[in-house]
Amino acid sequence: MTTATARHLRQMNWLGGAFGWLWLLIVMVPLYWIVITSFKTQSNYFTTNTFAPPSAPTLDNYQLVIENDFIRYFLNSVIVSVGAVVPAVLVAFMAAYAIVRGVGNRWLRSINTLFLMGLAIPLQAVVIPVYLIIIRLKLYDTLLAIILPSIAFAIPLSVLVLSNFVRDVPRELFESMRMDGATEWGTLWKLAFPLTRPALVTVTIYNALSIWNGFILPLILTQSPQQRTMPLALWTFQGQFGVNVPAIAASITLTTIPIVLMYAIGRRQLLSGLTAGFGK
Amino acid sequence: MTTLAPPTVQVGKTTTAGGGRSGSVAWMALPALAMFIVFGIVPLVGVLALSFTTWDGIGQINPSGLTSWKAILSDPGLPHALWVTFEIMALSWAVQTPLSILFGVFLAGHQRYRGFLAVLYFIPLLLSSAAIAITFKALLDPNFGIGSGLGLDILNQDWLGDSKLAMGVLVFVVSWQYIPFHALIYQGGVRQIPDSLYEAAQIDGAGRVRQFFSITLPQLKYTIITSSTLMVVGSLTFFDLIYVLTGGGPGDATRALALEMYQTGFQANLMGPASAIAVILVLVGVILAQLLRRLGGRGDESQLEGV
Repeated sequence: MTTATARHLRQMNWLGGAFGWLWLLIVMVPLYWIVITSFKTQSNYFTTNTFAPPSAPTLDNYQLVIENDFIRYFLNSVIVSVGAVVPAVLVAFMAAYAIVRGVGNRWLRSINTLFLMGLAIPLQAVVIPVYLIIIRLKLYDTLLAIILPSIAFAIPLSVLVLSNFVRDVPRELFESMRMDGATEWGTLWKLAFPLTRPALVTVTIYNALSIWNGFILPLILTQSPQQRTMPLALWTFQGQFGVNVPAIAASITLTTIPIVLMYAIGRRQLLSGLTAGFGK
Repeated sequence: MTTLAPPTVQVGKTTTAGGGRSGSVAWMALPALAMFIVFGIVPLVGVLALSFTTWDGIGQINPSGLTSWKAILSDPGLPHALWVTFEIMALSWAVQTPLSILFGVFLAGHQRYRGFLAVLYFIPLLLSSAAIAITFKALLDPNFGIGSGLGLDILNQDWLGDSKLAMGVLVFVVSWQYIPFHALIYQGGVRQIPDSLYEAAQIDGAGRVRQFFSITLPQLKYTIITSSTLMVVGSLTFFDLIYVLTGGGPGDATRALALEMYQTGFQANLMGPASAIAVILVLVGVILAQLLRRLGGRGDESQLEGV
């Protein structure tokens, strides 16, 4: 970095810095509050200052949440997320590869345009026909009902990001694979797959996040508690526990732990992949 | 998951024999295309078709011409929902954009603690809208919430019981959730601005405010358009947040289009009119995206790739 930019950025510091730390406080306060509240007893919650740490920390709230079928909802969310993300990323990767390798093909160009237009279709706007299709397929109130549309709606953005990365693979590498007699299918796995691994991780985490947190599909496509996923479970907990705010806080903390763990593992790639994917 | 794996593998076998010319890769796009057509394109066409029918969500679907359209176009709920949607969109854009640019420029620096800040900034994006809505709902409790916690009486408002306050809370929560994401987009944009521009400005004796307004901002033009498009189009789809936080209330003060559609379709069982609202939702989104793209004035392909 040149000294000029260094100086420029340092001068911008105080204003951006002040706001930056202030915003950090605004971001952290609700998170801090949720965690400390989840360890309070109900009476403790009503009698002490809401931002004070619990005077007698308890795990009762967590026990209550787990006794209320939390594990089942958790597993449902795992099944839906894994069941949707793995096939979605796989087929999107194949499509991205085809779109990049078959540039001259008119069909592939149209397919690419279709996916790009698909980015603009809001899921919320098409839930009624999706609901109809799921009923007709006799899948209503199953986890597969959530999985199938989730795959479809993960595809456009995944193809866009992945094709940007496959495009960066040097042409000569493809050529030499071809000279060695490799098929396109082989090239896809032996060359493109390892070289686009960071992008694949990014896309996987991004999709997993949005499906894990998905609300509207489970809301309209399932009904019974047996098929409930976590965001929906949180909402019903809120109704069920009522004024028992510490129990609600415990349920939110429990649903957030797996995502934060995933973030801790894939953070670097997610951040760099996202900024590269969107900033291009 | 298991339903999808077999076709992929079978098709794979047939083409491996076909050899490696670029024409033979086309089949690889087919599984994605098929999934997207069935659950993306067909529903998009279907929602238009359903808007010309009468259906209660369970029984028979009967064609009914323009009945649904007449019903929703004469319903005062629609202009109100459009206005609420517009209000949320405009306010959340106006709050998020300046702050996101500011944080983006700040985060584009290279000191170590900025990386640490970026990690923490990202956390709200990890949480589900349902979790965020429930958290703020409890935190804004007029008796046991943030006001009494901080000892500030002014914060002891009936936040979600007053129309204006509820809208304010909604915009705040949206900003809380999404500013970090947009800040990261701007961070990426700022890092792509060539250093030489700043060096030249330095030589010309431009101050930092001047540099910000005559170099950083103009250079961020496309980033601003990308981020604004995501914000504006994204705001059309706020559903879970509003549904859990305010339920559209108090009264109908925060009932935006997506919620109006859900309540008409899945609570009042009027799928025809709900589909008509959904069509309007799609149209508004497409028009807004097009307008913003015009604003960018770049070729369509590259602009779309930027999004």
